[in-house]
Amino acid sequence: MRIGVTVFPGSNCDRDALYGVRQMGADAVELWHADADLKGVDAVIVPGGFSYGDYLRPGAIARFAKVMGPLEEFAKDGGPVLGVCNGFQVLTEAHLLPGALLRNTNMRFICDRVRVRVETVDTPWTAGCDPGEELTLPVAHNEGNFFADPETLSRLEEEGRVVLRYLENPNGSANDIAGVCNEGRNVVGIMPHPERVSDPALGSDEGLSILSSVLVGAGV
Amino acid sequence: MRIRVLVRPKAGILDPQGEAVKNALPALGFEGVHTVHVGRLVEMEVERSDEVDAMCRRLLSNPTIEEYEWEVVG
Repeated sequence: MRIGVTVFPGSNCDRDALYGVRQMGADAVELWHADADLKGVDAVIVPGGFSYGDYLRPGAIARFAKVMGPLEEFAKDGGPVLGVCNGFQVLTEAHLLPGALLRNTNMRFICDRVRVRVETVDTPWTAGCDPGEELTLPVAHNEGNFFADPETLSRLEEEGRVVLRYLENPNGSANDIAGVCNEGRNVVGIMPHPERVSDPALGSDEGLSILSSVLVGAGV
Repeated sequence: MRIRVLVRPKAGILDPQGEAVKNALPALGFEGVHTVHVGRLVEMEVERSDEVDAMCRRLLSNPTIEEYEWEVVG
């Protein structure tokens, strides 16, 4: 399986994501922001960082990068897409995911490890997890406070589209939401960083259960 | 022509920046401040104004969380 990782100016988790992809035994493919196609990959990770300096709003400028055109097509055709942290912000700005990420309520950048619960295994990025499985994952963000209007929030809950939920809410996020998916369930955005815990040498490889889930869906 | 765009958090949306400023003002001795909202001011020189609204909707604001208004200032 070939998994692409987009690289924008200011992405800083792209190498970790590429490393994580190799750790799970897949081929890692760099997708430059100015690329006009996705090089035939089977899944895409939009990594964390500070794309375009987070100018205007996190993800607002990256959303118009050239590679986002084919990425949006890929997502609409049901291709598995995972946005992590800034990648989650980019996907909400691109309207591939609902809601928005506001400043953390405590106005501080939060760099920590958090406990999250896998709320649905019906996505390509959680298919390899156990229902209700709890994971300890790193977070590092200034805007991780998930917001959606009340109707959208209740739809997300009713349709089982909350993917990860914090056991202890670090940032003020609505309904303790740490990750959501789109209506088609193929696009997932999460604030925690599974790629940063993809090797026991990094202290943990718990993140691999998220990343390598995409292999389960593909029957690899 | 010069355009001035004002972008601010929608009413009722948590505005942690505004809250932080509101809480800081009494510390400097400014009393009686009930609400503070922090927004963003964008000034542009443009050739024509017919696309400014689209610019506001598609990039300058995020309609999920923000509202905007704009005016020609010269």
